[in-house]
Amino acid sequence: MSVEVMIPTVLRPKTGGQAVVCAEGTTVREVLAAVEAVHPGFGPMVVEASGALKRFINVFLDDEDVRYRQGLDTPVADGATLLILPAVAGG
Amino acid sequence: MAARPAAPGPTPLVPLPALSPRPAISLWAKLEWHNPTGSVKDRPARWMLDAAERDGLVEPGDALVEPTSGNTGIALARLARLRGYPMTVVVPDNVGEERKALLRAFGAEVVESPGERGANGAVEVASDIAAAGRHTMLFQYANPANPQSHYERTGPEILEQAGLVDAFVAGLGTGGTLMGVGRALREADPATRVVAAAPPAGESVLGLRSLEDGYVPPIFDPAAIDARILVSTADAVRATRRLLVEEGLFVGLSSGAVLHAALRWAERLEEGRLVLLFADAGWKYLSAGAWEGTVEQAAARLNGRLW
Repeated sequence: MSVEVMIPTVLRPKTGGQAVVCAEGTTVREVLAAVEAVHPGFGPMVVEASGALKRFINVFLDDEDVRYRQGLDTPVADGATLLILPAVAGG
Repeated sequence: MAARPAAPGPTPLVPLPALSPRPAISLWAKLEWHNPTGSVKDRPARWMLDAAERDGLVEPGDALVEPTSGNTGIALARLARLRGYPMTVVVPDNVGEERKALLRAFGAEVVESPGERGANGAVEVASDIAAAGRHTMLFQYANPANPQSHYERTGPEILEQAGLVDAFVAGLGTGGTLMGVGRALREADPATRVVAAAPPAGESVLGLRSLEDGYVPPIFDPAAIDARILVSTADAVRATRRLLVEEGLFVGLSSGAVLHAALRWAERLEEGRLVLLFADAGWKYLSAGAWEGTVEQAAARLNGRLW
C-alpha cells in the first residue's frame, strides 16, 4: 500500500526538507514507522513513546482525523493521503 | 442603567432540500446570521460578559481585550459599548478588511497580530496586553460561558425546531459550539453524532515555529466529538457557492465547509436528519472575491487568510 504523507513545515527538518514523502504500510502506524525508517527522528515528533499520537498532532487520512476512526491502527488504502498537522486555534 | 439588549436567538432552522444526497437524508441549516451582529458569536459574547459581571470580574468602565478572528470581537464590541466597557480586539493582520472595519464601527480599538502566526498569534498578543494589568480578557478559548451559551440556548432551540437529530455539524474554532450544542443534543438522544468541520490550516496560516506552539483550546474536549473532517479552501468555496445557487443562501465560507463535511458524513448513513450550523453570512468575504472567477482562483485568493 503506497501512501502519500504530507509533512508540515515544522517537521520538514526531519524529512530532509521534503513536503511529501511516499511510504508503504497497511495502517497509519505502519506508514508512520516507514517514514521513521527512512527519516530517523521523525517518529518521536509525532508518536509518543507509549505508542499514542501526540496531543498537539492531528493526522488526517483522506481529510478525516484518524483519532475518530481507529487511531493509529486505522487501515489505509493504496493511494490514500495522510496529512499531518499541528493543532492550532480558530475562532 | 446600561442598555440590556435582548438575548441572542432564536434563529431560524430551514431545510436544504436541494442539497440532500438521498431522499432518506434530510439536511437542516441553523442560520446564525440572524443575530444582532450577524454571527453565532453574539451568543457566547453575551454569556461571557454576563458571567463576568455576575462573578464580579468586571464592571462598566473596565477595559476588555479579546483575541479573535473577527466575529467574537464584533459581538463583544457591540455589548461592550452598550454597557460602557472600552474594548480592544486583537486580530491576525490577514483577516478581511470588512472585519477590521466592522470592529471599528462597533467601537473597538483594533490591534493586529502577525498573520502568519494565525489565531495563536492573536492569543499571544492579547495575553500580553491582559498581563500588563489594565485589561480583562474574557478569553473565548477557555471560558466555560462560551459552550454554556450553546448548551443553554442554541442546543435547546435546535431540539425544539428539529426534534431529535442524527448528526450535528459545525465548524471547529474555539470548540464552543460543538461542545455546548453537542452536549445538549446528546442529553436528548445519546445516539446523536457530533461532527467538526475543520478549516484548512494552510501552510501560510500555520507558520508555527515548533510543535510546542500547537494549541488545543481548553474548552475543547476531543472526546466529545465523533469526527473531525478537514475541509480545503477550494471545497469550502465550492460548497459556499452551491448554497447560493441551489438554496439561495448567502453564507460565509465556514458554512460552506460545514456543508462539505456534512455531505461527507452523510455518505455513511442510510438515513437521517442532519443539522448544520451556519455561523455567518457572506458579506465579510466579498472583498476576498469568494464568488468571483473559478473556484480555484477564489481559493487561491483566500488561501493564507483566516475565515
